[in-house]
Amino acid sequence: MSLTPSAKLVGTIFQPDTLDMKPTRDGYGAGLVEAAEADPNVVALCADLSESTRSDAFASAFPDRFFECGVAEQNMACVAAGLAVSGKIPFIASYAAFSPGRNWEQIRTTIAYNNANAKVMGHHAGISVGPDGATHQMTEDIALMRAMPNMTVVVPCDAEEARKAVRAAAHAVGPWYIRFAREKSSVFTTSATPFIPGKAQIFWEAHKPQVALIACGTAVYACLLAARLLERDGIASMVVNCHTVKPLDEKKIADILGKCGAAVTAEEHQVIGGLGGAIAELAARTCPVPIEFVGMQGSFGESGTPAELMAKYGMDSAAVVRAAKKALSRK
Amino acid sequence: MEKLHEKKLKMLEETAADLRRAVIEMVSHAGSGHIAGPLGMADIFSALYFHALTHNPKRPQWPLRDRLVLSNGHICPIQYAALAHAGYFPVQELMTLRQLGTRLQGHPHRGALPGVETTSGPLGSGLSQACGMALAARLDRARHRVYCLMSDGEHQEGNLWEAAMFAARHRLANLTAIVDRNNIQIDGMTEDVMPLESLRAKYEAFNWHVLEVDGHNIEQFVDALHEARAIYERPTVIIAHTIPGKGVDFMEFDYRWHSKPFKKGEAAQAIAELRTLKKTIVSEHE
Repeated sequence: MSLTPSAKLVGTIFQPDTLDMKPTRDGYGAGLVEAAEADPNVVALCADLSESTRSDAFASAFPDRFFECGVAEQNMACVAAGLAVSGKIPFIASYAAFSPGRNWEQIRTTIAYNNANAKVMGHHAGISVGPDGATHQMTEDIALMRAMPNMTVVVPCDAEEARKAVRAAAHAVGPWYIRFAREKSSVFTTSATPFIPGKAQIFWEAHKPQVALIACGTAVYACLLAARLLERDGIASMVVNCHTVKPLDEKKIADILGKCGAAVTAEEHQVIGGLGGAIAELAARTCPVPIEFVGMQGSFGESGTPAELMAKYGMDSAAVVRAAKKALSRK
Repeated sequence: MEKLHEKKLKMLEETAADLRRAVIEMVSHAGSGHIAGPLGMADIFSALYFHALTHNPKRPQWPLRDRLVLSNGHICPIQYAALAHAGYFPVQELMTLRQLGTRLQGHPHRGALPGVETTSGPLGSGLSQACGMALAARLDRARHRVYCLMSDGEHQEGNLWEAAMFAARHRLANLTAIVDRNNIQIDGMTEDVMPLESLRAKYEAFNWHVLEVDGHNIEQFVDALHEARAIYERPTVIIAHTIPGKGVDFMEFDYRWHSKPFKKGEAAQAIAELRTLKKTIVSEHE
């Protein structure tokens, strides 16, 4: 086994049937209540999606600190800015297609440029949203938020990491974007797994790795499964959980690229502008190596079950294996 | 807020004339910037910063201060002039408007200049930010008030009406909105570009308390601010009817002065006309 012991992942990580299945948005609900218990300045806003963004637990526990905005994401972002410049720590939750999709300029001006201590929580990101179709499957949000000065961008790999990310966002000063998925996914990290914003984590490292699998969000688990499949084919790899897309852990990633000499990035996002874009920019500046990009290849999604969509659009572990072999062939 | 007496009123009107002069000097020196709106709002800014607001220029972060959000950030020359004359920063610094390295950014930016509460300018979002400040004040059981200044043209933005609904839904009685109803916007008269009337009926339908005043009558405006404080359970909007370019004859009512730069000699002519205005104020109070 090449799992990193210090990552303290679930012991039965490669027996998927044994793993707890939870959507990362559950981590938002739990983390928000914990953050609110720890700090009376934490407040939450929602745009008519309290249950599906898991804001409802906070709303029940702290009704005076919860502000219903109705279906009005632009207003919600700016209200949060007003609360933040008044000393509160607002979390705003909606679907990522609408926040930051619809209210991008409001976030840019009143939160990012204003350097307001407000936290934007983008839910139902990626195509695993499933049957709702492409209108509600946000695949451009990392690009939108990553380009924004002052903004920290975090994509948790499972519900447990999402909980920790929300706690970290409440603790950190400044604008944050955290991205969550709708569909249940394997919980493979534990409460003992470290989470340090801005620090990429190596979850798997085979002896003399030939290719780095760098991922964020639920694609991290697909990469771990891919690492095992590659091992059977005699290919040594490394799996990196790059939960913080911005600021990128530049030194560590550059070292990893240098050590492996080839890489695959994986994310439930367009291959333009997301984690893949960030890694490619870094590689161009520090350590140019062949990189293959797993993600949406420039198209919108469609209705279907999450599993069907992940297979059709090439974002499952099989797709990561194919990409790794292609990257190696270009070495 | 104390009651307005004759002597104070004269001082406020004279201060408004001084602020107008500063605005013309600033914008003409900068070579760009908006002019008609700032001139039209000079009386209201004088009334706010030199009479109505609870604030302390020596302590810009004083927690008990009233908050003022300038949603129509493009008229910031008049706010900068008021802040400087009130003592937030040296008056000479006004001439750095829009220059590289200045604290006087082309649109207000929080942290750049003392007295600027938040970043604003892209239209339609200031009222939402003011709602957030009003909610925070309520959570903190603080007594200060939140004022939001808006242009009339920005009422064409959907975001603003989202905020209008929100303020009424959350009964933000500690929020007073002030609309500069000068009927001009960049492309022409508001009623030609995209009609706003009846603005009063729109706000009433959104469950706001609505007052209308002559934006150049400081007594009327101050009375309206007093009335707003006495309204519970609802936010108040004061629709202030103003003359764009007020005080300079060749600019008044002409929408083309919304943001056009001065040609040679025009600024000097405008300042000469303001001198006449100030003399009129003095003679009217004698």
